[in-house]
Amino acid sequence: MKEPKQLSVSAIENGTVIDHIPAKNLFKVIQILNLDHIDSQITFGTNLESKKLGRKAIIKISDKFFEDEDINRIALVAPDAKLNIIRDYEVVEKKVVEVPDIIVGIAKCMNPKCITNYEHVTTRFKVVSKKNVALKCHYCEKITNQENMQIV
Amino acid sequence: MKSRSLVSIDDLSTDEILKILDLAVGFEKNPVQKLLDEKVIATLFFEPSTRTRLSFESAINRLGGKIVGFAEASSSSVSKGETLHDTIRMVSNYSDLIVMRHPVEGSARYASEISSVPIINAGDGANQHPTQTLLDMYSIRKTQGTLDGLNIFMVGDLKYGRTVHSLMMAMSRWNTTFNFISPDELKMPEEFKLYLENLGLKYYEHSDFTDIISRADIIYMTRVQKERFSDPIEYEKVKNVYVLKNSMLANTKPNMRILHPLPRVNEIHTDVDSNPKAYYFEQALNGVYTRQAILCSLLGIK
Repeated sequence: MKEPKQLSVSAIENGTVIDHIPAKNLFKVIQILNLDHIDSQITFGTNLESKKLGRKAIIKISDKFFEDEDINRIALVAPDAKLNIIRDYEVVEKKVVEVPDIIVGIAKCMNPKCITNYEHVTTRFKVVSKKNVALKCHYCEKITNQENMQIV
Repeated sequence: MKSRSLVSIDDLSTDEILKILDLAVGFEKNPVQKLLDEKVIATLFFEPSTRTRLSFESAINRLGGKIVGFAEASSSSVSKGETLHDTIRMVSNYSDLIVMRHPVEGSARYASEISSVPIINAGDGANQHPTQTLLDMYSIRKTQGTLDGLNIFMVGDLKYGRTVHSLMMAMSRWNTTFNFISPDELKMPEEFKLYLENLGLKYYEHSDFTDIISRADIIYMTRVQKERFSDPIEYEKVKNVYVLKNSMLANTKPNMRILHPLPRVNEIHTDVDSNPKAYYFEQALNGVYTRQAILCSLLGIK
């Protein structure tokens, strides 16, 4: 029997598709990109099968195009994410995310004695390693590495 | 940042460091100069530090400045639950410069972003203590005549000691050879050794405190603190190994000087004190001249 071909999430006319998001970080991506506060039509699917990630999530946002510096903010939670820019149902451009040099307000400093864990301070890090992401806190100067990273 | 602060030694260029050291030479020659007349300096010590506070207050007094502040958090509005943010906003209205010691790491950087007046970091937890580094450098340059081409031995707790880390980083701007003597548990962290390797600077590690010190120009002693050891037996084993005694100094170079950030406990035997190579008390005095220079430099007076 022939399997019926079905799209997990329906196609969009214009906008951005973010694919290859680790399923467990879907809502972090939504939060970082502020998608819960925009008016565009958004559809997302999660726990989809992925050979690479096990389970992946995908987000389709109609009529929304991101600046590189905005989209790179998701690099900490979705380092393998791929973007398809859609115009008139066609993929006109593909992008990958890149870890930025400075991370503001996304990660938490792992040092329990850091001021950012005592008072209401927006965290700020210099990225000292992009491969195995390591962040140096602008305040306490301690390193937070990938294994210990928590998203605010 | 609205004004120039001193939070970390890395905030200063090499020229700025040398300028402060040169200014300090002037204050050593002539310590009483009324350059801070009419100025109000706040000294906020959220945790007690006798030496650093007295040294700053002595420096401010000799410059004719007025001091407001507190020596411990319990006598301030912090005990009522005020945030650091609000304390700094308030005090920066009352003063021309704030000297701050705080147990939380990164607090000084944060304060410098809130304050409308310069902040001097007098220690933020285990993070930075740049005025100590500058006074150490002043002492090294004064006793050796140069900062270049020296062989510096660091002894004791090289893992947690922030003074040795900052001094190592600062001295790595010159062609310095480092020798690290410590128990295995308290070795210089990898990141700092990697830093030296990238700069092409030589360093050697030793676990025995022996005759190798005959090569030293500077021996920088630190305390091996009991609370750093997870196993008390390990502490008992090493606590008497890293003690400097007068008899060990016989073969050391004539120009060699012993530094210690103080307070010492037992790591320098008192029989060293009368040896002319013992320099730690003069080092503490140099702290006053160096802090005079830092205050005037940040206020744009000199």
